[in-house]
Amino acid sequence: MDFELMINSFPKLLNATLITLKLLSVSLLIGLFIGLIFAILRLNRNIIINKFAYCYSYVFRGTPLLVQIFIIYFGLGQIESLRSSYLWIILKEPYWCAIIAFALNTGAYTSEILRSAFQTIKPGIIEAGKSLGISSKIIFYKIQIPVAIRQSLPAYGNEIILMLKGTSLASTVTLMDLTGVAKYIISTTFKPIEVFVVAGSIYLFLTFCIHNLIQFLEKKYRY
Amino acid sequence: MDLLAFGDTGWGDELFYATLMTIAVSITAMIIGFSFAAIFTPLKLSKLKSLNLIGNIYTTVIRGVPELLVIYLFFFGGSGAIMFVASIFGYNDYIEINAFITGSFAIGIISGAYSTEVFRGAIQSIDKGQFEAAKILGLSKFAQFYKIILPQMLRLAIPNLSNVWQITLKDTSLISVTGLVEIMRQSYIAAGSTRDPLFFYSFAAILYLLLTFVSMKLINKLETRYSRGY
Repeated sequence: MDFELMINSFPKLLNATLITLKLLSVSLLIGLFIGLIFAILRLNRNIIINKFAYCYSYVFRGTPLLVQIFIIYFGLGQIESLRSSYLWIILKEPYWCAIIAFALNTGAYTSEILRSAFQTIKPGIIEAGKSLGISSKIIFYKIQIPVAIRQSLPAYGNEIILMLKGTSLASTVTLMDLTGVAKYIISTTFKPIEVFVVAGSIYLFLTFCIHNLIQFLEKKYRY
Repeated sequence: MDLLAFGDTGWGDELFYATLMTIAVSITAMIIGFSFAAIFTPLKLSKLKSLNLIGNIYTTVIRGVPELLVIYLFFFGGSGAIMFVASIFGYNDYIEINAFITGSFAIGIISGAYSTEVFRGAIQSIDKGQFEAAKILGLSKFAQFYKIILPQMLRLAIPNLSNVWQITLKDTSLISVTGLVEIMRQSYIAAGSTRDPLFFYSFAAILYLLLTFVSMKLINKLETRYSRGY
């Protein structure tokens, strides 16, 4: 064990953790929004809208995240009309490509989590709202959505952890996140175990924090 | 469509073999994962605190660290570790392990952690009376497990194991970073030489979708077979 290397690489890896966290938080925020929209679309009775939302979640959950990033980062640049449009300002940056891929991916999983939460809401809650004379729109926004979010907290916590691990793929499109820097240090020093221990501990610490945060929220919003 | 022609002019046959490679790696990794699960599930269920801890460390660390990092550890550290072991036995030449073995081992360890959790959950949700009844019938320890616990455990585990299979199948795309020619690597090569990444990566996505779709169908069949009695 080379402890000097471990101590020396720690600040570098910690710096890279910031990028990992930035990628994670931005893509989760966009992903939650996408997930909510698609969960609502899944509940729509119109079969075309329903099928469209289903296909979205099926495709993004059925293919590896790596393929999704590669299609967005390497593939989209090939479309001439896209390259001359304003979208290119965003799509030429690996950072934004990674975020788009992560957000779409986590959005697909989130939509499934929220959909099942919507479907398992006890009918009594909605009926209680109806009998109080609340309009169905307000029931949806003020009762169904909060209850569904509370119900999906444990599953969403898992999704956040999966996404944290997913951000490691940003290193394949030249971003220097925690895994990217770890790989760089490994390939220059050829000391994989030491670097793995340090980088792995940082990831485990982050997982631990997320896990506790979710448990705290679950307790706080218990009903 | 010319790009997908079989033979020297297209990439059809290369991608076909790459798909077979993906399937082979996934199955090998699944089997390695099961053997890890066979070791660690009893540890996690053990009443001894120390054994319990070992099992928990394995599943927590592997499930908390990105797959890519584990793969890098094996890719860069694998042959070093083997050479270290070999040098103890007096063999000092350079040993290079094949990318297939490193890859399936890395994915196997990851998939093993998920399988361990699945098996643990399945065994814990078997009715306690079943264990007691098996004991009272005077069956040997092996027969208790093989004839009574295992069939019930499998029924409960298969739906979750199908998730593990999906995760494993998708994780194999990550070993393309080690240079093993599976779907992702082959698409990367094809995209590089034809300058048509959009087409090849989309085609790779379709191949993965096809694999997940077909395997889901097969697993559903297995599921109905194992829950016949219910």
